[in-house]
Amino acid sequence: MTEDILRRILDPAGRANPYPLYEELRRTPVYHAGEGPYAISRYHDIRALLHDPRISSDPRNRTDSVGDLLAGGEEEGSGTLPPAFLRLDPPEHDRLRRMTNRPFGPPHAPRRVDSMRPELDAIVKELIDGIGDPGSIDLVEQVSYPFPVTVICRLLGVPQEDESRFHVWAETLAANLDPDPDSDPVERAERAQSTRMELGMYLAGLIEERRKHPQDDMLSQLAAGSGSGSGPGAGSGFGFGSGSGEDGSLSTMELLSTAALLLIAGHETTVNLITNGMLTLLRHPDVLADLRADPGLAVPLVEELLRYEPPVQLLPGRTTLADIEVRGVTIPKGANLWLVLASGNRDPERFADPDRFDPYRKDVQHLGLGSGIHSCFGAPLARLEAQTALAELARRLENPQLVDDPPPYRQNAVLRGPRHLRIRCDGVRK
Amino acid sequence: MADSALEQLKRDGRIVVVGASLAGLRAAETLREKGFAGRLTMIGDEPYEPYDRPPLSKQVLLGHADAAHTVLPRRRDIGAEWKLGVAAAGLDMAGRRVRLADGEEVPYDRLLIATGVRARPWPNQAEAELDGVFVLRTRDDGAGLARRLAAGPRRVLVIGAGFTGSEIASACRERGLDVTVAERGDAPLVGALGGVIGRVAADLQRENGVDLRTGVMVTGLEGDSAGRFRAAHLSDGSTVEADVAVVSLGAVRNTDWLAGSGLGAGPRGIACDAGCRAFDIRGIVTDDIFVAGDVARSPHPLFGYQFLSLEHWGNAVSQAETAAHNMVSESTDRRPHMWVPAFWSTQFGINVKSVGVPSLGTEILVTQGSLAERRFAAVYGYQGRVIGAVTFDNARWLEFYERQIEITAPFPPPYDTVDRRPEGRHPVPADFPDPSVPTHGPTITLSGYSPADRRMEFTPAGH
Repeated sequence: MTEDILRRILDPAGRANPYPLYEELRRTPVYHAGEGPYAISRYHDIRALLHDPRISSDPRNRTDSVGDLLAGGEEEGSGTLPPAFLRLDPPEHDRLRRMTNRPFGPPHAPRRVDSMRPELDAIVKELIDGIGDPGSIDLVEQVSYPFPVTVICRLLGVPQEDESRFHVWAETLAANLDPDPDSDPVERAERAQSTRMELGMYLAGLIEERRKHPQDDMLSQLAAGSGSGSGPGAGSGFGFGSGSGEDGSLSTMELLSTAALLLIAGHETTVNLITNGMLTLLRHPDVLADLRADPGLAVPLVEELLRYEPPVQLLPGRTTLADIEVRGVTIPKGANLWLVLASGNRDPERFADPDRFDPYRKDVQHLGLGSGIHSCFGAPLARLEAQTALAELARRLENPQLVDDPPPYRQNAVLRGPRHLRIRCDGVRK
Repeated sequence: MADSALEQLKRDGRIVVVGASLAGLRAAETLREKGFAGRLTMIGDEPYEPYDRPPLSKQVLLGHADAAHTVLPRRRDIGAEWKLGVAAAGLDMAGRRVRLADGEEVPYDRLLIATGVRARPWPNQAEAELDGVFVLRTRDDGAGLARRLAAGPRRVLVIGAGFTGSEIASACRERGLDVTVAERGDAPLVGALGGVIGRVAADLQRENGVDLRTGVMVTGLEGDSAGRFRAAHLSDGSTVEADVAVVSLGAVRNTDWLAGSGLGAGPRGIACDAGCRAFDIRGIVTDDIFVAGDVARSPHPLFGYQFLSLEHWGNAVSQAETAAHNMVSESTDRRPHMWVPAFWSTQFGINVKSVGVPSLGTEILVTQGSLAERRFAAVYGYQGRVIGAVTFDNARWLEFYERQIEITAPFPPPYDTVDRRPEGRHPVPADFPDPSVPTHGPTITLSGYSPADRRMEFTPAGH
């Protein structure tokens, strides 16, 4: 290889179609060059490593100099937020994730996501109603971005009027996930930390407000179980106190980190899932017609989409805690791993005809939402959002056509998706 | 021609499946999926179509699910003739016929035996028949016990603290019922998971308000004049007054109907080869009789080809699929059954999962988390390799440990992991009960004087 394949994967020039690059990468299933990371590109290897307790998500375990920079401040009073559970290992990760899950999913809030269905339907409907000229739609600006942002704001209890402020923060922090080889890692880390702090200050104000005047939103519920206030009350209707009392309560700093994580994650991923979905449907008009005829197809279709065009293409931040052998290659302790999810999803060892988009595929256990303890926290919500948006777009857009193929992409190689998706259609049905 | 014989079997042969539960159903579905178009007969001693048993000791006892609504989902239409509510009573291997309890004889070209197990009954029949004394295995058992728990008994006595007994005790506590658990061993779950984990389970029960008595046996059940259970007498001289007693002393394999048939069937199950073909009592493998599920006992390559019988849900499914595949395949296309043992349980709000064969282990190491927090992963070691693993509320890591067992990874594990605590530095004895305690298993004896007339004779266990 004349030029390092990982560099070419990061190069924005290849963003519209990275899949041939991944195919090339899979020829060396454990790829390593120079000082770079160990890139894992085969489905079974990635899956095994996602369930491997010798792999850490905490950058402080990295032996290279980037680790401490990425970790964020851990010392008290360093003026930065502590790491969120995305970048922590058990037991801290488990404790924070369990506590965050209390107002969001089973066993304490099993109906939370499902109860949002009518609200999601209404938001999508309103956004599509608001499409002006059907001959000139930018799906990103008009639907795929505002939809999940509205949802995460309502779920958390963040005023949507402030969207323009945290939009910038979200973009900066998302960009920080991207291992851009041409930028100075120190400068990037500093910028990310100051951005997280600004976001944290903003959220601290909101949380203070919610402590005084609780609403039916997650910030209020998380705030109620945090700080100096009373600990989390025992869940009602759940027989044993498991996973509650002994976790104690979220500290205010933990709460800020967690809320920032949810806000960013809710911003920067589902937008790409929906945009990639519509792009894929416009490239497969037969499937679009099937979805129009049967909205129930949205469920398997979104799963296939998570395989075919996953919004998170790779996990660049894992570290080995021991020497680990993968396919005969020993990855040394402290090495940085890239788990290239989008490549594993196209691995012919795992999926027959992997480059074909087929929502009728029988066995579609993909890596699109990760796997193991760090698997996507918001998965049930992301799935429902994508299903709702795609089914409704299929139903209402008359004869939609892509204006540019490929569309222009955002620079980010990790959170990959079109910057704009221009669509022309004959009209918008009621 | 082998080919044409197989093709003929698939086209219009007769396959009989004895046992209409999980294994029987999944086998039947697989047979059809593999192109078997002939006549398929399903025989089951219960009058119900195949249903799922795990909920019976969990959701059903809590009143969250009705025992009648645990029917197993069907993967496909199997186009079978069902003979439900009538047990198989005998097997004529030479004549290839299954005899039913009502006298009917069902001929077969291939037979699958998936008769599973039944709850081990209370040994004193008169006491077992007292009103309020239950076992828990079937849908009827589950419905009856759930009804009785809903009526609010003063106290429930659970006899035996294996997984089923512990789940029943958990359900009772979740319903707010007083419960006493009497266990002969030193702790709950010791047989399956050893003393180290057993002590965790014991603490868990006591903290959740279970009156746990270990190292005791129930010596007698006492009824009132109306034949209602009222109290149990324990070997330590104490008496437990209760309205309900649940006998959960493990399972008995349903092989009685095969007595005298010549098939290698006994109290420990039906021995079969790795391809699920049954052995006859001479140790010769049969060509037309296959076995799957709890009743099977098959050699496992990962565990020194020991014959394992596993009462595991996942094993029943996997073995049924393998048996069915092999029933309609040429010998070179057959597959071995190589499922890594795995099971799960939910009790006292904790999800317990295990892979491999912990009970073979001599040592245990807590690799992640801590026993005191009831959130951990632990591995069992046997002769320097990882042989089993268990997790409490940590199931997402189990896939890794399963792989460690499959590749016979070294024990103690030489690597560091996330969430390693001080207790994870050194292995300790796994503390399983002494396996040399005499059992009353069957024996094989040789008779005859010259090699030409020597025979093997099967001696069933005495009771």
